[in-house]
Amino acid sequence: MSATLKARDLRKEADELIASGSADLAALRLAELWRNESGAGAAAFVVSRYEKLREKLPLARYRLAILRSFTVEPVIPLLRAAAFASGIDLTVQFGDFNAYPQEILDEESSLYRFAPDGAILATRTADLAPDVWSHYPDLAQAAVAEAVQRVSKSLEQWIKAFRKRSSAALIVHSLEQPARPSTGVLDAQSGFNESALSQSGAIQQINQELRKIVAAHRGVYLLDYDALVARHGRLRWHDERKWLTARMPIAADQLIHLSREWLRFVVPLAGKTAKVLVVDLDNTLWGGVIGEDGMAGIQIGAEYPGAAYQALQRALLDLARRGILLAICSKNNLDDALEALQNHPSMLVRPSHFAAMRINWHDKALNLREIASELNVGVDALAFLDDNPMEREQVRAALPQVNVIDLPPDPLDYAATVRDAPAFQRLVLSDEDQQRTELYAAQRERSQAQQSFQSKEDFFRYLELEVEIAPLEPATLARAAQLTQKTNQFNLTTRRRTEQQIAELAARAGSQVLTIRLRDRFGDHGLVGVAITRDDSASCEIDTFLLSCRVIGRTVETALLSHVASEAASRGRQQLAGWFLPTKKNAPARDFYAQHGFQLQSQNGEGSFWTLDLRQQTIAMPEWIRLKTNEGARV
Amino acid sequence: MTPTIFEQVQRIASDLFGVPGDQITRESSTESIEAWDSTQHLNFVLALEEKFNIQFSPEEMDQMRNIGSTVKLVERKLQNSPR
Repeated sequence: MSATLKARDLRKEADELIASGSADLAALRLAELWRNESGAGAAAFVVSRYEKLREKLPLARYRLAILRSFTVEPVIPLLRAAAFASGIDLTVQFGDFNAYPQEILDEESSLYRFAPDGAILATRTADLAPDVWSHYPDLAQAAVAEAVQRVSKSLEQWIKAFRKRSSAALIVHSLEQPARPSTGVLDAQSGFNESALSQSGAIQQINQELRKIVAAHRGVYLLDYDALVARHGRLRWHDERKWLTARMPIAADQLIHLSREWLRFVVPLAGKTAKVLVVDLDNTLWGGVIGEDGMAGIQIGAEYPGAAYQALQRALLDLARRGILLAICSKNNLDDALEALQNHPSMLVRPSHFAAMRINWHDKALNLREIASELNVGVDALAFLDDNPMEREQVRAALPQVNVIDLPPDPLDYAATVRDAPAFQRLVLSDEDQQRTELYAAQRERSQAQQSFQSKEDFFRYLELEVEIAPLEPATLARAAQLTQKTNQFNLTTRRRTEQQIAELAARAGSQVLTIRLRDRFGDHGLVGVAITRDDSASCEIDTFLLSCRVIGRTVETALLSHVASEAASRGRQQLAGWFLPTKKNAPARDFYAQHGFQLQSQNGEGSFWTLDLRQQTIAMPEWIRLKTNEGARV
Repeated sequence: MTPTIFEQVQRIASDLFGVPGDQITRESSTESIEAWDSTQHLNFVLALEEKFNIQFSPEEMDQMRNIGSTVKLVERKLQNSPR
């Protein structure tokens, strides 16, 4: 049904809610409008209305520069509307056509003056490699190899120059293949080697070089533009007439796909990812209703229609390997549901894959809240997958922070919907991410153990906590940056940093970046905390101090602070100082300085400033923690 | 009731040019709508192409100087296009 046929006029409702000052409700209407009509008209409307609401909504701000060799202007409203609906207020600036080399190389250019958080380098193969693109058959083999070299070198130069001048993230488009190779079917017959490169082979070679260059630079990411075009159909993607008249090479109905691919980078870069995916069971994880149809009646398996659900389960397992926790929220009898999950022969997901379960008859919003608190994450870290539109609407209304995923009517589209969702995209993967499900399983054992101890201290001794504190190393950089970007609760200053910025801090004289790993008798938690300090003549100031929420409350934070204090004292500092900058989420860290004997020095609108006199005071290492220090290899 | 072509064009024009729908008539033109500049014109063309699954030639893009002529053009294209 076309959205324009609906009796409800979401535009009118949104405008009335804006006029009456109900920003949250207006945002819900705008997001619904955007889900119903993802076209240029709705985009313009949604963007203009969100702009009126931006001060009243909890939006992440992100500044994106686009370096391009073609018209991207019509994509921008689509991107900004989708970003707003994902909780991101996106400011976009773009340079002139084909001015990107100068913009990148010139330190004073509008690109760097804009101070972007991220930049996209979107070029056409026809512009970067015009010879290979348009008259490949005229080229001698040596000229083809030369072109590959030349283009790879240029890309490398630009990436290097950008990295030198900015710590922003950089997203580089790969080069697309022609829809019709100049040598026809012969193209595929030539061998893929450097002495006889076909046209497609040459472009492939440039893309492989580009992959290597990107991997060698921090905070630089490859967008596989060629794969994007192929996914949506090379012949449908292009509009030659618009290219010739308006420098707009992409067909009107394909622009949305480019905006969505860009969003898959912007969402993780702006920190708007979901950490947990909470799924419904009946008609979501399997077809049918387990309580009525029974084990033999539900649809799950390798054949149609069960295959659709198996594909979704496979997608969920892939997310788990990416570090996204899975949880269940289902209205069901617990025993029926567990029986199916444990014993159904075709089930790919099993109870051990879920970090939390709420299988009962309670309200789903209530269950989601409980799941968030059990897993120690904010409600805004949850995504929710349910086939029932009513349940989705209720959750949206009760918990607007939850990322409610709209499942399409056909179960065969479920897996693709989950795989395409920007909130589950990750740009880097740490060891911790890949093992997160196991880490949480160990966590459950731990909390069961805790209940059998008389005192907390007894429990800590039983845990056999061992921490390892080390200066930042190349191997820990990505995880350290990720922690500064994702840690909300035990975070004294909530300063978000890119890998590049952390590496710069670590290299700066008088500045220390420490990481802490934790192990206990149930397993290795991996790298769970970061402390960044800066010395001046008499004092050492804590710039950043954070700990993953999984391990708060086990005195690990005290161990890290103790180490920071004793190191500062041994470097001759007389005072340890630090800000506590309150946010909506970091209440668990609020009393940290006071609890460790710091004195409140001053307070302003931003936060409070605390100091500890290192000549008079030390911070004791908890006796149940075994400390290993490691000098490491500094970045 | 299915909205007419005029109503659908009106909706898109209203969204893109930031003018209330009831103020957009067949006579509204690049002259009378302030936001209808060359950048917005491309957006308008692309939005119509996407909405109606049609394509305009450069000559046709130049003819679309008011809402009435735009609606006629869309109607003609929809009649000609194989469904």
